[in-house]
Amino acid sequence: MKHTLSILVENKPGVLTRVAGLFARRGFNIESLAVGLSEDPKLSRITIVIDGDEHPVDQVTKQLHKLINVLKIRDLDPDNAVSAELLLVRVAGEGDKRTEALQIAEIFKAKIVDVDRRAITLRVVGTNDKLEALLELLQPLGVLEVVRTGTIAMGRGRG
Amino acid sequence: MTPDKKTKGAKALVTALEDEGCDVIFGFPGGVAIPFYDALYDAKKLRHVLVRHEQGAAHAADGYARATGRVGVCTSTSGPGATNLITGIANAYLDSVPLVAITWQVRSDLIGTDAFQEADMTGITLPIVKHSYLVKDAADLPQVAHEAFHIASTGRPGPVVIDVPVDAALGDCVYQRQVSTDLPGYKPTVKGHIKQIRAAAKAINEAQRPVLYLGGGVISAGAAPEILQLAELRRLPVATTLMGLGAFPETHELSMGMLGMHGTVTANYAVHECDLLIAVGARFDDRVTGKLKAFAPHARIIHVDVDPAEIGKNVAPLIPIVGDAKHVCAGLVNELQGMEWPPERTEPWLARIAERRREFPLHYEDPTDGTLAPQFVIQEIDRVTAHDAVVCTDVGQHQMWATQYYTYTFPRQFISSGGLGTMGFGLPASIGAKIGRPDATVVDISGDGGFQMTMQELATAVNYDVPVVVCILNNGYLGMVRQWQELFWNKRYSFTCIDVQPDFKLLAEAFGAVGMRVTDKDQVEPALREAIACGRPAVIDFKTSPEENVYPMVPAGSEITEMIGGHGKDGRKS
Repeated sequence: MKHTLSILVENKPGVLTRVAGLFARRGFNIESLAVGLSEDPKLSRITIVIDGDEHPVDQVTKQLHKLINVLKIRDLDPDNAVSAELLLVRVAGEGDKRTEALQIAEIFKAKIVDVDRRAITLRVVGTNDKLEALLELLQPLGVLEVVRTGTIAMGRGRG
Repeated sequence: MTPDKKTKGAKALVTALEDEGCDVIFGFPGGVAIPFYDALYDAKKLRHVLVRHEQGAAHAADGYARATGRVGVCTSTSGPGATNLITGIANAYLDSVPLVAITWQVRSDLIGTDAFQEADMTGITLPIVKHSYLVKDAADLPQVAHEAFHIASTGRPGPVVIDVPVDAALGDCVYQRQVSTDLPGYKPTVKGHIKQIRAAAKAINEAQRPVLYLGGGVISAGAAPEILQLAELRRLPVATTLMGLGAFPETHELSMGMLGMHGTVTANYAVHECDLLIAVGARFDDRVTGKLKAFAPHARIIHVDVDPAEIGKNVAPLIPIVGDAKHVCAGLVNELQGMEWPPERTEPWLARIAERRREFPLHYEDPTDGTLAPQFVIQEIDRVTAHDAVVCTDVGQHQMWATQYYTYTFPRQFISSGGLGTMGFGLPASIGAKIGRPDATVVDISGDGGFQMTMQELATAVNYDVPVVVCILNNGYLGMVRQWQELFWNKRYSFTCIDVQPDFKLLAEAFGAVGMRVTDKDQVEPALREAIACGRPAVIDFKTSPEENVYPMVPAGSEITEMIGGHGKDGRKS
């Protein structure tokens, strides 16, 4: 099962290594990881998506709590959280293919951020599912390059 | 030092250590450590002990910490000096020992350039520290030192590394004695939840076949008095782990000795049959549980630990209590005192345990080849020191015999590398222990293999006049590996014979220590008495039976009931 962990950490050198290293040591593969400043410039928030069973995830969460630079961890409930990811994708497109790519972009509210004779580059924000759906539709047209930020997420309401 | 006076980083660090009550630091200098060593040269309250290899510094600081309960401190230069500390840091991590390791680092503008004697210490030590710091600014040094002591010694203790580029030692610093250490991300839970404590007390009160399973957490929390009270109040039979030896007096009628791979038949069967297992400061390690699924199969489990990550890691307890053993056990005693309890409830259980103790005592036979039984040597050490010595060990067969045949009666008496299983730990640890407890008789029980790994520290013992008594149980083998090869690998003794070895008596004398060799049974006691009385570091080479095995033994991964050699004479060499 997928887990989205939101980890509030001190904004200090080496903290990301400590957090990421812990996942590696406990045998987890990190699916995505996003880091940025939080509402307090002294603190950063890390959003990590991992795939794992309840028990190992619980154990890694407890181990994370032991890191001195980690202040708070939330295992976000997908039904009670908002999440988003930003994706850049360059699609091959000339003639009909280009028209089709533009139509798909329209449906997904993707922005065209770069165009040349052979390809267009789209920027789109959405949930993980939406981005996967977009990529699936673009695949037959020829996806040349994909860059994703990884999911960021936040609990709903007062959290 | 007068407060708020401008000084240099190195000097401020020395002052910070002194303010933390640190009276000894074990170390070895080198290029980038010189500014700190220059400050140490003038230190009034802080004594430096020069070891002969940095591994010795880490183990000595570890032994000091375990013997005294205070934070052990070691230091080294950058690069190889620092990497030589690694084994000792990992050792302290696995056994939850409060250790502060100060490693000096190349100049901060050279970091990352593969400079001479550069090693990324915070990187290398990441998985084996409770916390680490890279301090680039002299002004931060005192604060970091205070935080390091706080982190190392509170909650579940552990090692903290402070890596300091040499320019921070030389930089300006204003020293202020720091009073509070408020770390937003570090708030260990000390007090157990009262609801959980009440539930546990109820379970203890109702149990018909309870067992107390004690680990090193009891000792680090200083909870031995509360444990004794608790055990006596409800007459709870006690099994300890290797790390927990001394947490409960083995002279007590409720003591069953050690459990686990080389534990007693009584302790292991009691755990197997109990209906309530009360684990305090223990972590259900594989050397204790054997096959985890078959461990304590009939028991409800109460698990008390200060580290929440230990609870539920290997077994799912019915009643988890996060908290310090001292606090929680005091709470349990308090609750139980108000409850009614008929002593008949556990009488059949206690009778069964007593019977088993009589039926399956630890035992060995005298060798027929004229060598000494290693178990006998340890019994003699026990007798001569009247259960009162601080016993350090290396790792292997002698270590297991030391757990079995010495009688531990007080906390911090048994100092041994449990989690990491570090050969070479014994001698330097005993030096640290003796420096920490100069009043105690400190005996290092070692093997001929482990002793040779750190024997250079004899020079340290002689240099600083630290009269430890090193007892080498010399069987000419890396005995524990040989035992496994005998039992599980068709006696193929691949590279475990080490009978080509130095003359340990002459070696000790060459170092300026007292050297002795004992081959006869009746010479064991006089040699021990002489070594203890001489007041100098002494090494006794005991020639022991080459192929003696440690029994009982639960093969790795087996169920506790699949014990080899626990069942009287017939089963001994099964």
